[in-house]
Amino acid sequence: MSKTKSTVSKALAKNIRRNFVERLIEWALMLSGLIAILITFGIVFILVTESIPFFEAVSIKEFLTSTIWTPNFEIKNYGILPLVAGTVTITGIALLVAIPLGTITAVYLSEFASHKLRETVKPILELLVGVPTVVFGYFALLLVTPLLQKIYPDLPTFNMLGPGIVMGIMIVPYIASVAEDAMRAVPMAMREGSYAMGATRFQTAKTVVMPAALSGIIAAYILAISRGIGETMIVAIAAGQQPNFTFNPVESAATITAYIVSVALGDLEHGGIGYQSIFAAGIVLFIMTLSLNILGQWTRKKFTERY
Amino acid sequence: MVKKQEIIKAESKEFNFHYADGTHALKDINIPLYEKRITALIGPSGCGKSTFLRSFNRMHDLYPGNKYAGQIILYPDNTNILDKKVDPIEVRMRISMVFQKPNPFPKSIYENVAYGLRVRGENNKRLLDDKVEEALKGASLWNEVKDRLQDLAYNLSGGQQQRLCIARALATDPEIMLFDEPTSALDPIATVNIEELMSELKKKLTILIVTHNMQQAARISDYTAYMYLGKMIEFDETDIIFTNPSKKETEDYITGKFG
Repeated sequence: MSKTKSTVSKALAKNIRRNFVERLIEWALMLSGLIAILITFGIVFILVTESIPFFEAVSIKEFLTSTIWTPNFEIKNYGILPLVAGTVTITGIALLVAIPLGTITAVYLSEFASHKLRETVKPILELLVGVPTVVFGYFALLLVTPLLQKIYPDLPTFNMLGPGIVMGIMIVPYIASVAEDAMRAVPMAMREGSYAMGATRFQTAKTVVMPAALSGIIAAYILAISRGIGETMIVAIAAGQQPNFTFNPVESAATITAYIVSVALGDLEHGGIGYQSIFAAGIVLFIMTLSLNILGQWTRKKFTERY
Repeated sequence: MVKKQEIIKAESKEFNFHYADGTHALKDINIPLYEKRITALIGPSGCGKSTFLRSFNRMHDLYPGNKYAGQIILYPDNTNILDKKVDPIEVRMRISMVFQKPNPFPKSIYENVAYGLRVRGENNKRLLDDKVEEALKGASLWNEVKDRLQDLAYNLSGGQQQRLCIARALATDPEIMLFDEPTSALDPIATVNIEELMSELKKKLTILIVTHNMQQAARISDYTAYMYLGKMIEFDETDIIFTNPSKKETEDYITGKFG
């Protein structure tokens, strides 16, 4: 009797030690998770506190409605709209390139390509993600824009069209990769059902696989939009850094990110209102990407695949 | 043995099948399918019965490297459906299939049933309406869904989904319907519904069913083939197979000594 008791208490002692280690690991894991959250809050905190002095000098109304952004000029104007217009236009051009190309690539890889081809092509495509964006920037400035100028000679050296197209090319692998994953997650049974009805590969891809993978495909598009809005180097190099309230792709313009990077490079003195303006611009950028992410989460929930 | 008045609808002759990995899954299979009769394939797991069934609509073409040999002849036109010159899409339009797990498409009930006609380029709304109604009636589902044809098919129960898949397969007026263990994912009541439906369907078309449930084969089929290790051991009228089989292996399997 006493013998069993002692083995039981020994086992319990072991349990206590094990529980302690478990608890320790749990805390360590939680701490690393918390760091990411704390950094995010830190960013929001700095954005808000740094832009408060800016909004004391410039009214929110002027910031949101004025169409002139000239922090470097004698007469300073702080209207964010030109930067937003540049961001929207370039991202829009990029999406016009990336969504069709990326979707077609995904459909091809998931539904048509042989296993071997897919396993070769996909890693290569994903390699494109690793190309530094500064390379894409010079690609736009030195190759794409001169090519476009052959077709349209009036195109200025710095314009939104070239960097938009190049940004689109840069985004293709993001869309292709995420959308392909979503399409391949569609169970084979569903495809077989479609083939058994006498459907061709393309009919199956278009009318069964894509609708079934819709939420993943939309998530890919939204990821692509946020990627475009946040892209900095391509536009800073090739779009001209000229805040310009226009949606015309053949004009030069600056985006929010391009403005932030130009100030960070030292055109404006630290601590001044011009310097603080980058935090105000940063908030706008932050809100744009945040709302896209929320939209992404929402579509993911709304169109969750049910097989 | 086989009653004189039976008409052969399709027939496999010296049919062999190799998977891409080299497995010789089916060996010299000779099985006739009689018109407007239900033929059941029984046998232990891995005996090749599903592989055989899936050869009838060239499902194996979807995966590279699989090889067919021998013939599966479709009558009355004497078409060898395994012939390279025969378009598998053509074959699938004449021979439709219902799968083990209900696999409706992420579409409305209506669009699921209309799918086979749509892929054939049919877009005439009135014709589609008629065909969808006819097929849903044929699958005994019409009364349950007629007021919600635009609902997503996933909102149906498992048994209803399987009947929807049958309706989908019926809508294109196939000559033969293949059932690959159609009730194995369903509860007993839904199973009875599907079995009754099959007995109803055989008035119009020829049925080949794979089942792991021997009672089901005994209940619904007219002919039964017992398969083992890729070979057809015995084929006969279902009554004979279940009461007086001529081969010892068949008897052992039927009586549960094995398998």
